[in-house]
Amino acid sequence: MPKQLIKGNEALVKGAVLAGCRAFYGYPITPANEIAESAAVYIPQAGGVFLQAESEVAAINMVYGGASAGVRTMTASSGPGMSLMCEGISYIAGAELPCVIANIMRGGPGLGNIAPEQSDYFQAVKGGGHGCYHALVLAPASAQEMCDLTFLGFDLADKYRNPVIVLADGCLGQMMEPVEFPTTPRAPRTPEWAVDGTAATRPNLISSIYLQPDDLEKHILKLEAKYKRAHVEETRWENYRTDDAELVFVGYGIVARILKSVVEKLRMQGIKAGLLRPITLYPFPAPELRRLAGQAQQFFVVEMSTGQMVEDVRLAVEGRRPVEFYGRCGGNIPTAEEIVEEVFAHV
Amino acid sequence: MSELKCIHGKADCFYEHYERKGEAQHQTHYCPGCGHGIAHKLLAESIDELGIRDRVILVSPVGCSVFLYYYFDVGNVQVAHGRAPAVATALKRAHPEAIVISYQGDGDLAAIGSAEILHAANRGENYTSIFINNAIYGMTGGQMAPTTLMGNRTTTTPFGRNVFNDGYPLHVSEVIATLEAPTYVERAALGNTKQILQAKKAIKKALETQMKGLGFSMVEILSPCPTIWKMDPVDAQKHVREGLAAVYPLGAKRDRTKEAEPRPAHIPAPALEELPRILKLDKGSDAAMPAHHETVDFRVKVAGFGGQGVLLLGQLLAEAGMDYGLEVSWLPSYGPEMRSGTSNCHVRLSNKPVDSPFVSSPNVLIALNEPSLRKFISTVEPGGLVFYNGTAIPADCVRADLRMHPIPFFAVADELGSTKVGNIVVLGALLSATGVLPLEVVDHALPRVVKAEKWIEIDRQALRRGASLLCPEVPVHV
Ligand SMILES: Cc1ncc(C[n+]2csc(CCOP(=O)(O)OP(=O)(O)O)c2C)c(N)n1
Ligand code: SF4
Ligand SMILES: [Mg+2]
Repeated sequence: MPKQLIKGNEALVKGAVLAGCRAFYGYPITPANEIAESAAVYIPQAGGVFLQAESEVAAINMVYGGASAGVRTMTASSGPGMSLMCEGISYIAGAELPCVIANIMRGGPGLGNIAPEQSDYFQAVKGGGHGCYHALVLAPASAQEMCDLTFLGFDLADKYRNPVIVLADGCLGQMMEPVEFPTTPRAPRTPEWAVDGTAATRPNLISSIYLQPDDLEKHILKLEAKYKRAHVEETRWENYRTDDAELVFVGYGIVARILKSVVEKLRMQGIKAGLLRPITLYPFPAPELRRLAGQAQQFFVVEMSTGQMVEDVRLAVEGRRPVEFYGRCGGNIPTAEEIVEEVFAHV
Repeated sequence: MSELKCIHGKADCFYEHYERKGEAQHQTHYCPGCGHGIAHKLLAESIDELGIRDRVILVSPVGCSVFLYYYFDVGNVQVAHGRAPAVATALKRAHPEAIVISYQGDGDLAAIGSAEILHAANRGENYTSIFINNAIYGMTGGQMAPTTLMGNRTTTTPFGRNVFNDGYPLHVSEVIATLEAPTYVERAALGNTKQILQAKKAIKKALETQMKGLGFSMVEILSPCPTIWKMDPVDAQKHVREGLAAVYPLGAKRDRTKEAEPRPAHIPAPALEELPRILKLDKGSDAAMPAHHETVDFRVKVAGFGGQGVLLLGQLLAEAGMDYGLEVSWLPSYGPEMRSGTSNCHVRLSNKPVDSPFVSSPNVLIALNEPSLRKFISTVEPGGLVFYNGTAIPADCVRADLRMHPIPFFAVADELGSTKVGNIVVLGALLSATGVLPLEVVDHALPRVVKAEKWIEIDRQALRRGASLLCPEVPVHV
């Protein structure tokens, strides 16, 4: 298949359809609109359902319904819409349903603005909704990964019967880059646990209720065991020039791209810099950070927030090395130049 | 005893033993005289009589009937408070052959889930809604529901429901009946045997409506809650007949079952092999260019007014760069900036993977108006190139360390017959000044960016006209 110069948001939808996604339920919000708009074009043509719901609350519950029916189902939203979906995501995790949710992050809190931020890290990674659950969280950093990680997201969602969040931002959604699409599309199939209105699935029940404390505890521990397994099997990251790095940057998504420029600039000035880019934010690549803490002198975390992922970096580094932080927010994107200045000022 | 025969046993579609229930698996969890038990029986018998058990997906709400799935031997989905219509919508859309039934109380459907039921009904979703109106929140211990009667004392209306504080009882069936889409809406009651038989008829009719594909059907059932009402079951039934039914008139509120058209049949899904065509995956770069070994590091900022073709110029450069075997990225400024009439984009072409797609210190600045020149001139890297749409660089913007080309690109385009192609004239000049790509590569990429056939030829001319504007002795590489 030829390469295509394509926007991240559209690449994400094509990746989803290739992964067998045949249902999209969403509600308009900038900067995630292009995802719903592309889905409205492609998913019905692929034999699936596209529906604009009356709210994000309805949309995420439609996702619950689509997933219960055994269809690979997704939605996409941003800040205020994600907040409304949190209740539903908790139910989806509790009922062990697979789905993919793209959060194209924008500025918050409240209405904030529509410019890119990374301020929903806590919401995505630490829960967001009620109860002991986690979504698996994937952080693309290119149009190619908007496609690939969404594709992977559907497989992981099925493997773990758990919601997967693709955590991106407006830049990644709007940016055009060459993308090569997966050549082996997944065929839709109904999993045996689903409820599809046939005799074979009649005994099935989709529910998040466990009335007895012992039963609920058992269920929660089962979920926890899945997350532990995901830590072992799914943790993904990219090392960029970390082999001999004394100063290791940590950043995800679009920030990681900027940090690659920073690493190059610092290397030209003789500073041994490198970058650890988490690809999965949950599970977080803590073991790799611990390993790097044995070699690097210092960590430097950059985020488009006042500092959220930095907490996980500090937990992983366990105080063995200093962890500096630099953040921009409100929709401001740090430039490579300002990060370099910041490094000279603080390191 | 052996000659005694059971002539009216438990419906087949109830489980023999309620194994999902922790204890007392032979009886339900409902209070004596509760309407839910009766409504369950009517629904179960209807399913049996219509022979649809294997096809049924039952959606359990949050409320006293949260454990519907203890009892019904059908496919079961338990959902969040009020969201049954949204879940039912997606279940039915996924499996149009399934018979989807949602069962909700008045708090669930008429309060927290009021948006979901209204919109599912308004879309005419082809599922059946069973709505149990007991005018109270049973499960949470007797708080006011939207359907609670005026003056009634509940735990949250200790002095009685008051219009000025709590509004009026909500007539859900009447509201739904005002919509165009719903096919069948009836209010029934469980106040005596006659009412109960009528309720069953209504349930069956609603299910048949769905089976025929005729669209949304709903049966509201006025239902006793002796426990919270603090009445014995007989008085509670009487209150259904005399209290509730006086406020909520019984009968069909909407019945279009005769005139309604069946929903269009599901279009079969295309074969997997069709996906590349459907997703337009074949419409990419088909130029098999060798990977580049020469060092290329183009960091281009294009800026101007909206309407000058800023984004398209950048995109065409990136498309052509990709065809030429380079790594590329294109990033527009978006959001409020777009609306204020300015437009800019960042383009990178490189022989190595592109790190940051942001161009904060460009080595090529294309400024299509004066404000853009002023805004970005200081960011250009020493030795960089500047193309400015104008006859002269304003004196305060001149930088000796840059190669600056003031050219009235859009005036040149005018000579070609269209101001619109000014952006392509700029691209021609850029390519001839730097030699980064042959013009033919852009020719090749053009149809992917410019969709209208008639423009492609004019664009090709504009490209060449632009290239002729600058004839550098030696192409400069940046
Ligand atoms: C989001 C949310 N808010 C509140 C509740 C608590 N709650 C459980 S049942 C219920 C009311 C149910 O009343 P109704 O729908 O009338 O059912 P009934 O018990 O009367 O049959 C409420 C408020 C909840 N489960 N979820
Ligand atoms: S509280 Fe009311 S609605 Fe709930 S089970 Fe008892 S009688 Fe039925
Ligand atoms: Mg009630």
